[in-house]
Amino acid sequence: MSPDLLKLIFGRLGLESLPLHEPIVVGTFVVVALGGAALLGGLTYFRLWGYLWREWFTTVDHKRIGIMYMILGIVMLLRGFADALMMRGQQMLAFNGSEGYLNAHHYDQVFTAHGVIMIFFVAMPLVTGLMNYVVPLQIGARDVSFPFLNNFSFWMTVGGAVLVMASLFIGEFARTGWLAYPPLSNIGYSPDVGVDYYIWALQVAGVGTTLSGINLICTIVKLRCPGMTMMKMPVFTWTSLCTNVLIVASFPVLTVVLALLSLDRYVGTNFFTNDFGGSPMMYVNLIWIWGHPEVYILVLPAFGIFSEVTSTFSGKRLFGYTSMVYATVVITILSYLVWLHHFFTMGSGASVNSFFGITTMIISIPTGAKMFNWLFTMYRGRIRYELPMMWTIAFMLTFVIGGMTGVLLAVPPADFVLHNSLFLIAHFHNVIIGGVVFGAFAGINYWFPKAFGFKLDPFWGKMSFWFWVTGFYLAFMPLYVLGLMGVTRRLRVFDDPSLQIWFVIAAIGAVFVFIGILAMLMQFAVSLLKREQLKDVTGDPWDARTLEWATSSPPPDYNFAFTPVVHDNDAWWDMKRRGYQRPLAGFKPIHMPSSTGTGIILAGFATAMGFALVWYMWWLAALSFIAMLAVGIGHTFNYHRDFDIPAEDVIRTEDARTKLLAGAK
Amino acid sequence: MTVAVHPSQTGEPVFYLADEHPHPEGYSTSLGFWIYLMSDCLIFAILFATYGVLGGNYAAGPAPKDLFDLSLVAVNTSMLLLSSITYGFAMLTMQQNKVAQTQVWLAITGLFGLAFIGIELFEFAHMIHEGATPQRSAFLSAFFTLVGTHGLHVTCGLIWLVTLMVQVGKFGLIEANRRRLMCLSMFWHFLDVVWIGVFTFVYLLGVLR
Repeated sequence: MSPDLLKLIFGRLGLESLPLHEPIVVGTFVVVALGGAALLGGLTYFRLWGYLWREWFTTVDHKRIGIMYMILGIVMLLRGFADALMMRGQQMLAFNGSEGYLNAHHYDQVFTAHGVIMIFFVAMPLVTGLMNYVVPLQIGARDVSFPFLNNFSFWMTVGGAVLVMASLFIGEFARTGWLAYPPLSNIGYSPDVGVDYYIWALQVAGVGTTLSGINLICTIVKLRCPGMTMMKMPVFTWTSLCTNVLIVASFPVLTVVLALLSLDRYVGTNFFTNDFGGSPMMYVNLIWIWGHPEVYILVLPAFGIFSEVTSTFSGKRLFGYTSMVYATVVITILSYLVWLHHFFTMGSGASVNSFFGITTMIISIPTGAKMFNWLFTMYRGRIRYELPMMWTIAFMLTFVIGGMTGVLLAVPPADFVLHNSLFLIAHFHNVIIGGVVFGAFAGINYWFPKAFGFKLDPFWGKMSFWFWVTGFYLAFMPLYVLGLMGVTRRLRVFDDPSLQIWFVIAAIGAVFVFIGILAMLMQFAVSLLKREQLKDVTGDPWDARTLEWATSSPPPDYNFAFTPVVHDNDAWWDMKRRGYQRPLAGFKPIHMPSSTGTGIILAGFATAMGFALVWYMWWLAALSFIAMLAVGIGHTFNYHRDFDIPAEDVIRTEDARTKLLAGAK
Repeated sequence: MTVAVHPSQTGEPVFYLADEHPHPEGYSTSLGFWIYLMSDCLIFAILFATYGVLGGNYAAGPAPKDLFDLSLVAVNTSMLLLSSITYGFAMLTMQQNKVAQTQVWLAITGLFGLAFIGIELFEFAHMIHEGATPQRSAFLSAFFTLVGTHGLHVTCGLIWLVTLMVQVGKFGLIEANRRRLMCLSMFWHFLDVVWIGVFTFVYLLGVLR
């Protein structure tokens, strides 16, 4: 074929785009390909495709979508953590004239991919998954407001993750750092496909995130069960509401700033260029106007999880519910007034820096109030040190350290010394791991029995806990030291041999965390095998307080046979205390949304369009766009999107539970 | 929330609804669509801000005074404003359940929208022909992107309008279609409001500057 025709079909994709000269990537590819082939073969052999398609891929059930988000988050955690191990290894080795084992081209992709994956495809899916699973149950709803949109949002997030993963084997990923500042990310300095993969992965996933934000806001505002006023909502629901408000009010900013960057790259406009009047600082400001709220998007739900866990495992009502709610709302608002602290050194001047330094320090006040609320909840409580509570206590210690180093960084003169140093890296891992990741693990251990009907194995859970926590401290405390000594981030080789010992300690910490992750996978496997021993038939294994524990584990498709009526903050606790009797008769048909394949199909076309745009395959991009439009419009011609679960089915499900409950007593 | 929580007749607390009415279809739609519009509004806000920051950077190229033809923009603005009025008429006839008249008003709205897009494209073509391309300066990049994004929204609105006309033709003014027309109505008026901002902030202030 002529080169022109090839170019028309494949754009800039050619055989030379495959990273065959990188042995590490080729090795990874072989392992992934073998694993993938085994998985696909297994699914085919056991004839699971139909089941997966009908029951999972096309489902609109918020519980199943929540579980799929969690699986996505954990799978991507493995990828993101592999990047972390590679970086720790490289920095440990590259001393005394050694170049380490990663070349600059590869290393720069690794640190970029690590950041992007951990934030967008690990932390976000874990947080969104927990919100999706828990919020409708906590407010006594049958599903979210827009069940189809929920399915579509999930698959868009998957689409973004697929693009990032594709970049590992087809072409390359960005070498710009996780926020892709121009002019480095502009076409002149990054002419290859890396930044384009970055842009389209985030755009595709971003659509999903924004829509799921709208969906959950509507769900919380409109679908609460009778009696549940705003100030009777569980704290996790409150923090979810605030998080989703933040999502809707910040992700459009990311969408625009990435769109402008792509215009610069694809069309040649001058938004963030150095000449023709462009301003790279505009990009830095805009991306942080999204980026700072983003960290609160991640951590607020974690705060909610800790609130639920603390009060459940202390056997007490949460101390200071009202102040907790107000603290959350104040953090939500303040998170928009601090973005400039990410670039104090970039020429804003003393007055502007002072303003943003002070607003940043003010955020520690509501956060501190929350910390005291948790402490006072524990005070004189009967604390049960189950896994969720252990993660919560580890969070309280770790997050306070991270918060304090954050306040140090908020002082502009100090930031001039610490900016872009490993001190900053240690700080944000301190709050993101200590806050979001520990929160997600507390949530997983807490709600797993709700989702699957059996508890997670405590032995492997504790192994995972101790390796994670000690590993975290070993990995990041040295980085504080190194940062104070002036080591900047993203370095590949080092000259000063006296630094090496700290990097060795950090690498040992990373290995500890790795063991912690393996122990967690082991925990899942062992729990699955021992599910009969770990079984819970009551639906309320922790003697908990909120509404999600009022139904069976796992909950039926319709969540509650009858919509609950709420009289108290701790609705389920109140029901138990006042002798609530589970209804045994009078069941009626229940109206539910039907499954649809439209979401996954649309997201598939969106992903194809992203891939086509990365490689300049204009025909494929146009085709996928038209297909998306056609499928989307076609979907609106379907007016019958729900069905009734017949009363007999409800009776059968509820009778089965009655038998189980009788057997438990 | 709207359901009153009465104690049962025996004075025992009620913990569940024995007789439940499911939420009507589309119960959350107007709130959801409204929140979507606000997120879209944020997109325009950022584009306005970008234009505000970069709009004076002509890079020795043409300035608004050299480019904008206010009388053309006035005609264009009136097209969009008229389309909003005719959409309002469509909603009024919809409430009176008059399918044919609703369709006519929707068609007229679509024609005004098409005229708006046509004039905008003509304006863009004219500017590009004179060398004022989006690549020429940051001002022009910001201008084409802000105005173009609005135009793109109107185009989406037109596709949506045609889809709804087909659906109204096929299924009549059923509840679902009324809800959809209501959403498009919000979208259409929202674009009108954004255009007022563009007209004032970009064109009028641009010529003064």
